[in-house]
Amino acid sequence: MTEPVLAAEDLRVWYGTERGPVRAVDGVSFEVHEGETLGLVGESGCGKSTLGRAILGLLPRGAAMDGSLRFKGTELVGLPRKELEGMRGPELGLVFQEPMTRLNPLMRISEHFEETLKIHEPGLGKKGMKERATEALRHVGIPPSRYDHYPHEFSGGMRQRIMIALTLVLRPAFMVADEPTTALDVLVEAQILRLLGDLRQNFRTAMLLITHNLGIVAEACDRVAVMYAGRIVEIGDAREVFAEPQHPYTRELLASTISLHTTGLHSIPGAPPDLADPPAGCRFHPRCPDAMRVCEQREPVPVRLETGQVTECWLHGPADRIPENGTEPLEREAISVADEA
Amino acid sequence: MPTKLEPQTAGEGAGSDDVLMDVRDLEVHFALRGGIVSRFTGGPAGAVRAVDGVTFQLHKGEVLGLVGESGSGKTTLGRALLGLVPATGGSIRYAGRELVGLGERRMRPLRRDLQMAFQDPHASLNPSMDLQTAIGHPLRIHGMAGSDAELREKVTGALERVGLAPVERFLTKFPADLSGGQKQRAVFARATIMDPKLVVADEPASMLDMSVRAKIIELMQGLKRELGLTYVYITHDLATAKFFCDRIAIMYLGRIVELGPTAEIFANPRHPYTRSLLAAVPEPDPRAEVSREVPRGEVPDAAVRPAGCSFHPRCPKAFAVCGWEGRDLRALLEQRWTELTEEAYLAESAQFADLAALDGQVGTVTVPAASGHDGEEVAARLRRIRDEQTDEPLWRGVTDIAASGTHATVVFHAGTDPTLTETGPVEVACHLHDPQYQSQAPGT
Repeated sequence: MTEPVLAAEDLRVWYGTERGPVRAVDGVSFEVHEGETLGLVGESGCGKSTLGRAILGLLPRGAAMDGSLRFKGTELVGLPRKELEGMRGPELGLVFQEPMTRLNPLMRISEHFEETLKIHEPGLGKKGMKERATEALRHVGIPPSRYDHYPHEFSGGMRQRIMIALTLVLRPAFMVADEPTTALDVLVEAQILRLLGDLRQNFRTAMLLITHNLGIVAEACDRVAVMYAGRIVEIGDAREVFAEPQHPYTRELLASTISLHTTGLHSIPGAPPDLADPPAGCRFHPRCPDAMRVCEQREPVPVRLETGQVTECWLHGPADRIPENGTEPLEREAISVADEA
Repeated sequence: MPTKLEPQTAGEGAGSDDVLMDVRDLEVHFALRGGIVSRFTGGPAGAVRAVDGVTFQLHKGEVLGLVGESGSGKTTLGRALLGLVPATGGSIRYAGRELVGLGERRMRPLRRDLQMAFQDPHASLNPSMDLQTAIGHPLRIHGMAGSDAELREKVTGALERVGLAPVERFLTKFPADLSGGQKQRAVFARATIMDPKLVVADEPASMLDMSVRAKIIELMQGLKRELGLTYVYITHDLATAKFFCDRIAIMYLGRIVELGPTAEIFANPRHPYTRSLLAAVPEPDPRAEVSREVPRGEVPDAAVRPAGCSFHPRCPKAFAVCGWEGRDLRALLEQRWTELTEEAYLAESAQFADLAALDGQVGTVTVPAASGHDGEEVAARLRRIRDEQTDEPLWRGVTDIAASGTHATVVFHAGTDPTLTETGPVEVACHLHDPQYQSQAPGT
């Protein structure tokens, strides 16, 4: 296998708060290869957006990062801010959630492109910049005749296309798309997903697609990482994970998603934990229908399964680490509606 | 658990006893403020026709889904039903009264029966009111609070009903202390405390996590069972609509384009718009074959509604009578230019003068040539594009392309606006299902 574009190992991000450190990302490891899209899913507050921002060096002040994050062999953790800023754009791209608020209403589309290109590719010249920009715009289906228009003259879907073109124009090797379709309608969402799929094929861009919509993962991702309370609890081939989820959280999350084939309602009791004070042992054990005694005593370890998934759950062992009577079912306290998300 | 509660027999034939609300030709138009000149001269400034002639009956005890994209008018329609936005035309009959044009003073007592749950739970509770004040507020406003003990009892009952128990823990909480799902429960406690007949729920689950949506739907089903509610459920999410609704109205640009029993709409969608919506729902199953046929473009501006059928510019099945016009040709050319090579694009676009001239032209459309080019060149180019694009619906609506001097003329077939007509078990507004045009319709 070729070297991954991006490889995280035991990556941790925490925020300092009055109540002590909030461990938003707490030891995650994953790889993204060229031309591959990795979906990152989980409930709100599980740390998925923080992870996306950490990769791009966009964490707020007061956040700290530890572990290893290698981009094409370069270690990003501990890299001076200036150097990281230089990489953001030409190497690491970002597509934001709300296209409506990310374009400057006083600047023409052309000025947005010129600003970006001037910073990262000086010496391109006015004509060169226009060529590059219109090429990127054409890839996302925006007519070159609208190059000099203002953002308000475009619809929501077109603005998201422009955002994608602005990322693409620098031809980054890796891209983070944070809920790129959440603010859009179903049909426009489908258009954008198709567009992202085309880009993956044409530019071989590696992508991390952050979403809470499992349907989008199924449609647009090769692999999927399921995050819960700062940890990746299951990661693997999207088809495998969806067909045979190995972690109870993945299974429950899939079951609670209302799809066109839903015939009965299902939900996960309770809410994700406070990351300043997560439960001991496995963080999912208070909500887990399969919880065993070991789950509240020891943190589960990543296990690679025959199907290729890596999951952190005591159901999959390793058996020699489970103490005596550890597999007996855990008597759980009832979770009332009052404690739910 | 049953997925649908007491299926309504009222679906067909609707005896008047079953009808909770009768809506006819309802219109909500928002006037646009024109430019300074038209304001002085009194010229027409135009209007956004947010709801543009909607007719349906709401049956007692049913869940009617209003489904559509942003800008389809579903929220405005929901609000108009409760008198929260004034209707500019048509009629809403409720309990023997006409709601359209009713003054606020006479509308207010009726609001006890007609309640609303809003989309954003974070914004629909007053941040400085604790829950017992907020939930008891409607009772105070309507003078139904009674003694403090009575009020407290009612508030406690409402909180228990929505699952916010033990109640003591919640009475003195402020919205900021609650999670999104809990806030939405509080919103439903407030909406149901006066024992309403109808609750209009506007995307009540769409701001919440997937894992919480099911709980809110469950809550709504429970309240319906307990209080005998009728719901109007507004959403863009077809999956929850399919699960929760008895009947569904698909809306597009201020109109209902298809209306019928949920099962029929999903098993046998008739309007091309309904079909595309269904095909576009992302399913959490990577093995499912996903249709890549997504209609182009987005919902157009409701202030300048397309001629004929509003959906025609995006419709893969549109044909001659659907209302093709000048701006559709502009969109087609611009789209084509993003697909050509740089060289071909430059050569082709150089022949055309500003395409903005095409906007607003209906029937016989003039396409001006750029200076240095003549009408014959433009007409020849357009004919060549037509011959290339054999599957393009627009060309089905073009009867002639001619040249005259500095411009080409493209003659479009006259378009007509489809009306909602009974077709089998559903009502649909589409020329494809109109026997009058069936011979002209493209094969499927």
